[in-house]
Amino acid sequence: MAKHPTPMLDQLESGPWPSFVSDLKQLAEARAQNKEGVEFQIPADVAEDLLGILELSYKHGRTHWKHGGIVGVFGYGGGVIGRYCDQPEEFSGVAHFHTMRINQPGGKFYTSEYLRNLCDLWDFRGSGITNMHGSTGDIIFLGTTTPQLEEIFFELTHKYNQDLGGSGSNLRTPSDCIGQARCEYACYDTQAMCYDLTQEYQDELHRPAFPYKFKFKFDGCPNCCVASIARADFSFIGTWRDNIKIDQKAVQAYIGGEIPPNAGAHSGRDWGKFDIQAEVIDLCPTECMAMDGKTLKINDKECNRCMHCINVMPRALRIGDDRGVSVLAGAKAPILDGAQMGTLIVPFISAEPPYTEIKETVIEPIWDWWMEEGKNRERLGELMKRQGLQKLLEVTGLNPDPRMVQEPRSNPYIFWNEDEVEGGWERDINEFRKDHRR
Amino acid sequence: MEYEEAKEKLVAALQKKQKTKSKFYFNDLAKILEAKPRDAKKVINRMVQEQVLEYWSSGSTSLYGLHGTGKQAAAEHED
Repeated sequence: MAKHPTPMLDQLESGPWPSFVSDLKQLAEARAQNKEGVEFQIPADVAEDLLGILELSYKHGRTHWKHGGIVGVFGYGGGVIGRYCDQPEEFSGVAHFHTMRINQPGGKFYTSEYLRNLCDLWDFRGSGITNMHGSTGDIIFLGTTTPQLEEIFFELTHKYNQDLGGSGSNLRTPSDCIGQARCEYACYDTQAMCYDLTQEYQDELHRPAFPYKFKFKFDGCPNCCVASIARADFSFIGTWRDNIKIDQKAVQAYIGGEIPPNAGAHSGRDWGKFDIQAEVIDLCPTECMAMDGKTLKINDKECNRCMHCINVMPRALRIGDDRGVSVLAGAKAPILDGAQMGTLIVPFISAEPPYTEIKETVIEPIWDWWMEEGKNRERLGELMKRQGLQKLLEVTGLNPDPRMVQEPRSNPYIFWNEDEVEGGWERDINEFRKDHRR
Repeated sequence: MEYEEAKEKLVAALQKKQKTKSKFYFNDLAKILEAKPRDAKKVINRMVQEQVLEYWSSGSTSLYGLHGTGKQAAAEHED
């Protein structure tokens, strides 16, 4: 019989979806039976108490978790998030329930042995509950006690050569797509760059000195599988400067039905014969494609890298050969000031190790600006909005480029100084304030 | 500013505010030190290593406080 009755949680299991409640119950039973004879270092009934306190939170309509904590591992200001419950007598198994963030391997590639080792460690010294993966990309260990933190950190670093990730006002664990390891669209080696920048900026990752969180994400191509453009303060998106490579024979093979479009991804249903005009050319957002007789033509100057044509006909169309990255800055989720997509600040830059140009001309000047000017809990995107793209260009020394704006007169956060406008302007601020109050 | 001098200045300023506040943003500390963030970070990191300061984290935001002070330290049985 369950330690705590959980009628409301039980109801969640009745839906058609996989249920975390069922998973937790399964774990609770496995820990109670302990067939493998693990010497649990935290209470064996942690999963039951977790279910119990969640049920109580549902009943009260309030959380029973306290906010944050001072716990961590020595010398690190991130990677551990203190969690305590406010009902420790009734739910002693989750009195301490700290989260640990583990820096995931590049592209989330790992061996089964690596995963088994992590899981064995976590069964032994933690709750056994994991989140694969957190939204930042880390492997998340959910629930352990304060005395276990240093023990876990020691084993991770000394036995498994594995570091903690970032949390708090730090550089967050950089995250990348699988890149050139498996994907023909990857325009640069995302894993190499992600690894290099992770190593380079260890101090920023582990010792918080930023106004708020800061995220690097690396997408090998504009398909943006890591969604860097929507989430990362700096998003590095692979691109090319020359032309999309066209194999006209393969184009005809798609038209003739010999090769299924989208690599057969939509073949579960009969969508009719492939229509290149309707399914590719007419959907091009910049209308830069056309059939000239039996030849597919692309006006590459107009291409905005939407990737649709390449995704539909990957054997006929391939990314160009002159490859690098576009850097965008300022994306964020809607916490304080609404969601923002990244703003293009560098249309093209080489992505070859050791990435000196990216570090010295883009990352570090922008960090210096944000660290000095950013308000507490202000993301880079919000600072860009508050002080203007102009200011960002000033601190980086980047030249203004039409590609930095979506369309003329649509970006209201670009401000001009008087000395930058021919003829300047003069105004009486008191006169102005008569009609425009603060 | 030499490290010892900076440390003394920071500790004195934080102790003065103890009655009303025990946790501070990094920028607050940099302002007290009247230093650029990168320079302030060197001092603050060393003070954390020496356990004069300690981190507090909500998970999304990090704050600093004098070691062992504030309600949280008492609640976590670490003072």
